[in-house]
Amino acid sequence: MAIAIAVVVLLVATVLFHILSPWQLTPLASNWGAIDATINLTFWVTGLVLIAVNLFMAWCIVRYRYNKDRRARYEPEDKKLEAWLIGLSTLGIAALLAPGLVVWNEIVHAPDDAHEVEVVGSQWHWYFRYPGEDGTLGRSDPRLISDANPLGVDPNDPASWDDIIVATPRGYLPVDRPVRLNLRSRDVLHNFMVANFRVKMDLVPGQVTRFWITPTQVGEYDLVCAQLCGIGHFAMRGSIRVVEDEAYDAWLASKPTFGELHSREAPDLAAGQRHYANCIACHGADGQGNQMLNSPAIAGMEAWYTKRQLEYFRNGARGAHADDEHGRQMVPFAGIVADPTTERDLAAYIEQMPPVSVASTVEGNAQRGARIYRTCGACHGRDGQGLHGTNAPRLAGLDDWYQKRQLEHFQSGVRGGHSDDLYGPQMRDMSKILVNDDAMRNVLAYINTLTGHEQSRALPELAGRNN
Amino acid sequence: MAELGHDATSYAPPREQPEMELPHSHSFWTTYVFSQDAKTIAIQYSVTAISVGLLAMVLSLMIRLQLGFPNNFSLIDPSNYLQYVTMHGMIMVVYLLTALFLGGFGNYFIPLMIGARDMAFPWLNMLSFWFYFVSVLVLMASFFVPGGPTGAGWTLYPPQLISEGTPGIHGGVLVMMISLGIFIAGFTMGGLNYIVTILQYRTRGMTLMRMPLTIWGIFLATMLALLAFPALLVAALMVLLDHLAGTSFFMPAMFSMGEQLPHEGGSPLLFQHLFWFFGHPEVYIVALPAFGVVSDILATHARRNIFGYRMMVWALVAIGGLSFVVWAHHMYVSGMNPYFGFLFATTTLIIAVPTAIKVYNWVLTLWHGNIRLELPMLFAIGFIFTFINGGMSGLFLGNVTVDVPLADTYFVVGHFHMVMAVAPVMTIYAAIYHWYPKITGRMLHEGMGKVHFWVTFLGTYALFYPMHYLGLAGVPRRYFAYGESSPFIGESVETLNAFITVAAIIVAAAQLLFIYNLIRSRKHGKEAGPNPWNATTLEWQTEHTPPTHGNFGKELPVVYRWPYDYSVPGAKYDFIPQNVPPEEVEMADEGAVRT
Repeated sequence: MAIAIAVVVLLVATVLFHILSPWQLTPLASNWGAIDATINLTFWVTGLVLIAVNLFMAWCIVRYRYNKDRRARYEPEDKKLEAWLIGLSTLGIAALLAPGLVVWNEIVHAPDDAHEVEVVGSQWHWYFRYPGEDGTLGRSDPRLISDANPLGVDPNDPASWDDIIVATPRGYLPVDRPVRLNLRSRDVLHNFMVANFRVKMDLVPGQVTRFWITPTQVGEYDLVCAQLCGIGHFAMRGSIRVVEDEAYDAWLASKPTFGELHSREAPDLAAGQRHYANCIACHGADGQGNQMLNSPAIAGMEAWYTKRQLEYFRNGARGAHADDEHGRQMVPFAGIVADPTTERDLAAYIEQMPPVSVASTVEGNAQRGARIYRTCGACHGRDGQGLHGTNAPRLAGLDDWYQKRQLEHFQSGVRGGHSDDLYGPQMRDMSKILVNDDAMRNVLAYINTLTGHEQSRALPELAGRNN
Repeated sequence: MAELGHDATSYAPPREQPEMELPHSHSFWTTYVFSQDAKTIAIQYSVTAISVGLLAMVLSLMIRLQLGFPNNFSLIDPSNYLQYVTMHGMIMVVYLLTALFLGGFGNYFIPLMIGARDMAFPWLNMLSFWFYFVSVLVLMASFFVPGGPTGAGWTLYPPQLISEGTPGIHGGVLVMMISLGIFIAGFTMGGLNYIVTILQYRTRGMTLMRMPLTIWGIFLATMLALLAFPALLVAALMVLLDHLAGTSFFMPAMFSMGEQLPHEGGSPLLFQHLFWFFGHPEVYIVALPAFGVVSDILATHARRNIFGYRMMVWALVAIGGLSFVVWAHHMYVSGMNPYFGFLFATTTLIIAVPTAIKVYNWVLTLWHGNIRLELPMLFAIGFIFTFINGGMSGLFLGNVTVDVPLADTYFVVGHFHMVMAVAPVMTIYAAIYHWYPKITGRMLHEGMGKVHFWVTFLGTYALFYPMHYLGLAGVPRRYFAYGESSPFIGESVETLNAFITVAAIIVAAAQLLFIYNLIRSRKHGKEAGPNPWNATTLEWQTEHTPPTHGNFGKELPVVYRWPYDYSVPGAKYDFIPQNVPPEEVEMADEGAVRT
């Protein structure tokens, strides 16, 4: 008896949960309303079957409960009843399948006027490539991928030169224009999932996968990876901004083409040294830093990272938070070197400065820290040397007091919380694995033992990245 | 049923066996450790499988703790989170469910239910268990190799399986593949044995269409496993070659962690096809025995014949056959040729028809039954409820268009835990409560069993049903944490995750009560007698309880009827065992019972 009541109660709870649940489909932002319709149809059909069969079962349990004076009905089969049930089930299945296949047929056939955009996944970032004025994406080859050519675009294909490469994980799409997304992966499997678009697809190394949508709502949508791709899977975030045509064109025009990136001149180190005069007062003549002034050592800092941070200080993604008093000091100086050539030369100069040895100021258990660092090392390198491929700067040879403050800032959202800090959210999620002060001290103690900054570093080509 | 009359088969083994030829064990070692008695081997399989399953349950709690209360546990970081996810899945699917249903239930029930003295090849049977045991030990070793077990997910997809950025790419992967290899070798020995035994060792009168559905389920599942596991073995071997010998079966040219890898030309999709060619039938390797077991338990406790036996057998055959042509529904968004979607959505939804028939026939067995709500029956009803729910969400995921937004989200996690975790586990419990009296001679404690049932039934529903809605809202799976960086995953998700975790902890605690009940009742349970449920199948008709080595003593039973002669009109009792000849059926006094 109790079980029959339980079945009925669970059915009621199931239906109520379905109706009252705040966890429903995200607001639709693409043309795939038909997918939502098939989902709703499936809810109706399966919901009715679920209720009907279970209610019948509950009724049977009550109606035919044990009675020692009664016998069950001996009835090996009832062909007619079974035939009816098979027929009805087949009909129900067909009612679900047919619309599904019709919509699928639309999903697999992109309209002829769809424009093309390429999305490339990498552990644990997103890249975008737009075809430029010729409307054609240049040839690409995974063998051509390097830090300077992150998408492996073939410079020998004339169609490549006007391609626009976006190395930040925020892509733009024009509203109301059908787009065919060509997906590639540099390394492992990933999956392009924007819940609001409904359609998703894996990114598979060694092949190009595709799907098409028409974005219908202006707005910014989370792009997440939906295929387990390693330690950083959960932090592989990006976003897609759907904008009006004019905003789209303006954004594209602000981005350098593949050709422009490749024809950039080599940086002028002498000029860089002159610009460095602005930095000496705080960071020291050898880039050794000064803890009294809260200025970290910067000698040998990767040029791509320096440029990214300078830009963040300028656009408010860093140093603008009320609780970031030391960051605020940096803002005017970033403004002084805003000119792209100045910034390029300065960053190159800092990069070639030999890293200094820093004193350790944080005490912790390095052995315990080593375990925690396994996660950090996935992006920052096993020796803390930093990996351009994962957009993760060097940690070895950085001041531990500075790292500690930054980690605390990431944890509290003082750093990485700004919508233009596209790499910050990842580090915010990651910084949370340090569940207490001890964990942070231990990992910093371990980082202090790392020697990645002493490795002979072949200076990467300076052109090629616009982050 | 007239058409199921006595029909002695000519190939059956001799009915009588001289006492001296019965197998006898002589020492502790050959009785309890290197035993060749299928029943002992069954218990060895079951105890090993349940033990390793408990470990996998602990791993699932680690996963849930992190998801429910993120960033509180210094022992759980993104690496070992993925390692727990991987080991939990692999252990539960292969080392618990497959081993328990086929190695455990198969060994115990096949000889007893078909009226055989033992398996066709007892020594091979023993070897099969020890291979399984070693494969479990090797798997456990992966927790102790440098870098720990692989964290690539139980689906083991390359390239991530063997490239930097995934935990356990060195020792862990190697150990996992070796363990799977040993498991498959061991299973092949056992599986061939089950098939030969069922085909050749049935007693006189036990025609195929008089076999209990439990045996049909195990028989067909074994066939599936023998055909499916080689695909996994091949895939595992090839991926190991890619890893260790630098071949490129599955590895294309890649730029990983700032470096070009020396691979070229391999196809990650090829692995997925091989994996799911195994992986989908694997679902039915677990489900078909569960279907069979539940059918027999329903019939016994509803005191009614299973409704539509013939249709039930053919549905099992159809599901088994179709299960080999639906695998790519796991790959709708994998980047395979999208035209496959049409084919695989169609085959997948077709498989829903025979599955629906099974559900109808279970419920129709209750209809006009005389239902005794004993513990096995409660679990069987719990199975039906859970399985219907899981089947319904399967209709979402099998239909390619509907699957696309839901793939790789918590909807999938909710679905397969309903249909592949809770449903079979409900069956396992139903079976243990049902057959424990035969295996030990004692009943399990009823009160503890009820607590166990209610907590498990309600708890697992509270645990897995809401997950579907997380998936609907687009929450992706296999995430260590959801953080604040994705506004579309709102704070309410955190609340729900905490609720699910609490439910999981309560459910897990109830399983410990069950284990205690198992151990306690072995000595202190109520005496069961030979046939406490008044069941018809042969295992309840043995001379001894528990049955001795050789099962039936000197004389094998002869079968005269199908296994579902419950409440036969006119008979004195509401069940007639399979080995009762028509002339010995006791008839009731006129008008003594009403139907």
